[in-house]
Amino acid sequence: MTEETNKEEEVIARLDAFAELPDAPPKRRLKLSWVGKVSVAVVVFWLVIVAIGPSIAPFHEMDMEGDDSFLDAYSGEYGTFYLGTDYIGRDTFSRILFGARNTIGISLLATLLAYLMGITLGILAAVKGGWIDMGISRVNDAILALPTIMLGLIVIAAFGSSILVLILTAAVIYATSVFRIARALGQDIMVQDFVEAAQARGEGIWWVIRAEVLPNAAMPLATDFGLRLVFVVLFISSLSFLGLGIQPPASDWGSMVRENLQGLTYGSYAAIWPACAIASFTIAINLIVDDISAKSGGSLAKKMV
Amino acid sequence: MMKQMVLQRIAIGFATLMVVSVIVFVMTSWLPGDVASIILGQAATPETLAALRAELGTDQPLIIQYFSWLGNMATGDLGISKAGGATISSLIESRIGNTMMMAGLVALVSIPISIALGLYAAMHPGTWLDRLVTFGTLSTISVPEFFIATVLVLILAVNLHWLPSTTYLTGDETTWQFLKAIAMPLFTLVIVVSAQMIRMTRAGILNVMNSPYIEMAILKGVPRKRIILRHAFFNAIGPIVNVIALNLAYLVSGVVIVETIFSYPGLAKLMIDAVQTRDLPLVQACAMIFCGTYVVLIILADVASILSNPRLRQPK
Repeated sequence: MTEETNKEEEVIARLDAFAELPDAPPKRRLKLSWVGKVSVAVVVFWLVIVAIGPSIAPFHEMDMEGDDSFLDAYSGEYGTFYLGTDYIGRDTFSRILFGARNTIGISLLATLLAYLMGITLGILAAVKGGWIDMGISRVNDAILALPTIMLGLIVIAAFGSSILVLILTAAVIYATSVFRIARALGQDIMVQDFVEAAQARGEGIWWVIRAEVLPNAAMPLATDFGLRLVFVVLFISSLSFLGLGIQPPASDWGSMVRENLQGLTYGSYAAIWPACAIASFTIAINLIVDDISAKSGGSLAKKMV
Repeated sequence: MMKQMVLQRIAIGFATLMVVSVIVFVMTSWLPGDVASIILGQAATPETLAALRAELGTDQPLIIQYFSWLGNMATGDLGISKAGGATISSLIESRIGNTMMMAGLVALVSIPISIALGLYAAMHPGTWLDRLVTFGTLSTISVPEFFIATVLVLILAVNLHWLPSTTYLTGDETTWQFLKAIAMPLFTLVIVVSAQMIRMTRAGILNVMNSPYIEMAILKGVPRKRIILRHAFFNAIGPIVNVIALNLAYLVSGVVIVETIFSYPGLAKLMIDAVQTRDLPLVQACAMIFCGTYVVLIILADVASILSNPRLRQPK
């Protein structure tokens, strides 16, 4: 019994000794500062609201329950309005819960689509090179050369605004920056020895991408995903704020700020709450990304700043 | 070498502008439906439709339309706004001055503030002021422009009653009244633009601080303040000028939001109204002005960083 434990300990000690070697693989465990932990909690909170928000909201997003617009928080015959009412007497609290699904949900979809397009094309360009790389890169540079909000405005002027148009526009615009990163990462990794070894072994191109390129590009791309999501949230809520994004009566944080802006002069906070909701989500993601890149600080992570 | 690189950048910029014009034109011309029948609506008869199409030139192939549009734009004939019937050039003329002045004032205020704060933060890394600046600027760039604007309205206009929450310009106000009227949009833009510039200035200087010659200076015993002001700053000027040009380019998107919130009578407000009424010729013209300015500023940023690199002055 004791002998066995001793043996086990010995094995563990020997493994630990390997972990101490200078060329041991870095530990992948992420240690976040307390700011990072709080930020993770905030992001998780909003993701939970995206999932369950509408079912826990006391009112429906379009219900005009209160008699009056721009009321402060109160409890009356219709129920409790935790954050007061908006410009036509709808419950601000419920609309924020519903709006999470539109603002974060749509941005998440657009970012995922942007990643799908950006990574596929980026890695394709890096792996294939030649005229495929040239062609995709030139188109990409042309789109990148325009201010994003201008592209959004032009598309919406031409096609009108719908959720599908918003998702596709945001996805194409932000796919361009994903493409650049994915291409750079792919090119970096393609010249590494282990990729050459795999190719020399006679592995196919898809095997190399799946087994060698993607796992090595995953961590930097994950941090970048956070930043990209922030940009998309800002892009879509800015368009909504201009009245060109998600259309009423659906609730969305950007358009909620716009609708209730006039209420500020009467001392109503109905425009402030949704603005704070956006800010809490985007700041939290940026703080997490900041925390991770401060801790890892590898050469790949630096490329993205 | 250097001249060649600068010329190359300018050529790339020109090519980008052409591509931009194609994108703007194709996006706004490639509409579901026919412009003439949209304009005439119920009143359309085959004859009036054909007449209007000939007048608008929409019966021509797209490529000919593009070149005539480009030619007109180059000669300053921007066409007629669909909404009011006024010429687009007169609409733009009445607004562009306001936007340019706002951009100029923002640059004038934010550039010195940003460089000073960025330098200060870089000189004292890790102190509470540096952390405050880092956290504050990170938060500012993470939130939408309208968040900053809303909070400023709440504090300065609603609670303190210092400033009006919308901009009315009549044209005959005194300088003081004028400054007061444009203060809110100005503040908002200065905060948005400075945050980005401070971060990039700080990063630029800290980046130079990592180079071997700075290590040499530290080992020699030069005080940190002197290292930054005498050694690092001059080598960071290139990146900083680059940052300034880039951020003036970022002003484009800030201006769109801010002019809308404060109903500032500028070009961006004109464009948003045009998008809302789907007045496409006006959208095209405004988009070309904004994108053109953006591209020119990006090229300037590029050229500045080439010029500031002494290694490029001598041919290899």
